[in-house]
Amino acid sequence: MMDTLAQTDREPADAASFFGGELGPGPAWLQSLREQARTRLGEIGFPTTEQEEWRFTNMAPLRQWSLHAAEPGARQVGPADIEPFRLLEDGFCLVFVDGRFRADLSTLPGRDAGFQAGSLRYNWDHDDARYMQQHLARYVKDETNFFTALNTVSFEDGAFVSVPAEAVIEQPVQLLYLAASERPGAAVHPRNLIVAHHGSSVNVIESYASLTDAPHLTNTVTALALGPEARVEHCKLQNENERAFHIAAVQAVQSRNSHWLSHSIATGARLARNQIQTRLGAEGAEAILNGLYLARGEQLIDHHTVVDHAQPHCESHEFYYGILAGRAHGVFNGKIFVRPDAQKTNAKQTNRNLVLSEHALINTKPQLEIFADDVKCTHGATVGQLNEEALFYLRSRGIGASLARRMLVRAFANDAVERITLAPVRAHLEQLLTGWFEGLDISLSSHDR
Amino acid sequence: MLEIRNLSAGVDGKEILKGLNLSVQAGEVHAIMGPNGSGKSTLAQVLAGRADYAVTSGSVTFNGVSLLEMKPEERARAGVFLAFQYPVEIPGVNSTVFLKAAFNECRKARGETELDAVEFLALVKKKTKLLELDPALLNRAVNEGFSGGEKKRNEIFQMAVLEPKLAILDETDSGLDIDALKIVSGGVNKLRRPDNATLVITHYQRLLNYIVPDRVHVLVQGRIVKSGGKELALELEQRGYDWLLEGAAANGKP
Repeated sequence: MMDTLAQTDREPADAASFFGGELGPGPAWLQSLREQARTRLGEIGFPTTEQEEWRFTNMAPLRQWSLHAAEPGARQVGPADIEPFRLLEDGFCLVFVDGRFRADLSTLPGRDAGFQAGSLRYNWDHDDARYMQQHLARYVKDETNFFTALNTVSFEDGAFVSVPAEAVIEQPVQLLYLAASERPGAAVHPRNLIVAHHGSSVNVIESYASLTDAPHLTNTVTALALGPEARVEHCKLQNENERAFHIAAVQAVQSRNSHWLSHSIATGARLARNQIQTRLGAEGAEAILNGLYLARGEQLIDHHTVVDHAQPHCESHEFYYGILAGRAHGVFNGKIFVRPDAQKTNAKQTNRNLVLSEHALINTKPQLEIFADDVKCTHGATVGQLNEEALFYLRSRGIGASLARRMLVRAFANDAVERITLAPVRAHLEQLLTGWFEGLDISLSSHDR
Repeated sequence: MLEIRNLSAGVDGKEILKGLNLSVQAGEVHAIMGPNGSGKSTLAQVLAGRADYAVTSGSVTFNGVSLLEMKPEERARAGVFLAFQYPVEIPGVNSTVFLKAAFNECRKARGETELDAVEFLALVKKKTKLLELDPALLNRAVNEGFSGGEKKRNEIFQMAVLEPKLAILDETDSGLDIDALKIVSGGVNKLRRPDNATLVITHYQRLLNYIVPDRVHVLVQGRIVKSGGKELALELEQRGYDWLLEGAAANGKP
């Protein structure tokens, strides 16, 4: 897979210099953040499988790439290119090509829309500098994660969505990230900031795809801040090409009685690592973490989730479903922290995996650390194959083996799809799943006689 | 329609059917009775094509073609239907979607045009009335959360939609109360036609009060040891199976 990539002869002196170590753009306050992060990069070091957090996910192949910042305009991208990826007929869409905001391809909310959505860079360069300074570094934890720190060092742009108090935004906002570079090794570090103020509500779809087959790196960080009583549905869709490396952190901070519905639908990339986390920082906050990963071929799809119950009377419900075919490798690690103050916590975690091939692999690990005594925490992980009884039942009614298998695999993903309230996303997923199954050679077992 | 000759079959190396012979003509209802473990359900599963059961000898022809070489779905498309003793719950697969797929696969195999959603729903509506089945069940996943009675009724409902040539009812009466039993047998009787046949597998005679068989066969230790008219079922009800067990054991001696 990596053979077309030029190998670097030199072993980098330190991790930061390996990635160039150049600071991204921005005013002095941002430069100062970036410098601090660059210092941390050296301290954290490039992850190795000897570290527990990276035990099953070997990032070493990335070091063989000659990574470079994606060059602007390497490929002309027009409206026709983005059309297949736009999920919303009448919603807002912020388009980023190789990390650069394309106002000409985007549909932005007008002044009367009652909220803001646009380029982060534009906002820090213009009138919202103070607001940016206040929020940008505040929610992101990049003390321990190499790639998150790298993002802080390097990000050039991203989406900024800010919803004022009590505003209910019905039309979803799509953040569309397209990799267009033909030259292997283009690296993009998007940074998104979503702030939902007191009592507001917004739906954000964050989607990643590739326009070429060239290997590329996406290292994205999304920070979400939910004010008291705020409601955010955040749907991350990752379908990059099967040579890409995709590293993502989605970090939410939740206030009193806020409600966060998070989806991570991962079907693409050669290697994908998603860090999805929330801090339930005030009473009554609720988080639903929904995930679906489909991996085949040589793909590795990794989800690390962290639910941090910091205060009492919060609820978290986590459902991660994986379907693994071919020689694919799935990784799920679900951390739940219940801090000493977080009495009356209700936390639930489920990870279910359907393994369609004897060569596919899943590493699943719940990790609960509970420091309060009056709490309800449950977790469960399952790994299974297609139910032969069900398969026979379907076939005994005239449904062919291949269709019967697809129906059962689709059924496995059903709950994850149904948890998404945004109809256009569900419709898109339906198409995506159909395509995925059709490209899948579900090897026939002896029971297909 | 169905000719079973000297059929031997088993599971995990254990022989269960030991040279079974049976002939069923179009328009007939045959009952297979027998004690637990005699091979009744094995026969049903073998006819439906379950791969866990290995056929070691004998033949099964259905309307002139050899059934045993066919995959389960091919048998279904040719008109064989098994009403399961334990219908399988399939979460995530919608009942209507499932049944429409099955129905159209069978039609395609017969060279008939597929029904669209509207036409199919009209058909379904008609058939639910026949079985007094709550149409709301069809919006749910296949058998998921159905009561025992609802599951059995759903099997016969599927049979009504698919209109098989040969229906095999495997202990369809088990778990049904008397009212449900009447509804289910009423449905089966209404589906009887000169060109189809029914094989009723049951432990008890009760069901045969409602679905009256043309022939009754007693299966003991993998063989049919006695056949007769509908009065044989009543005799079994009174005398039990023991007198036939002794006979079978005696026959089995060298």
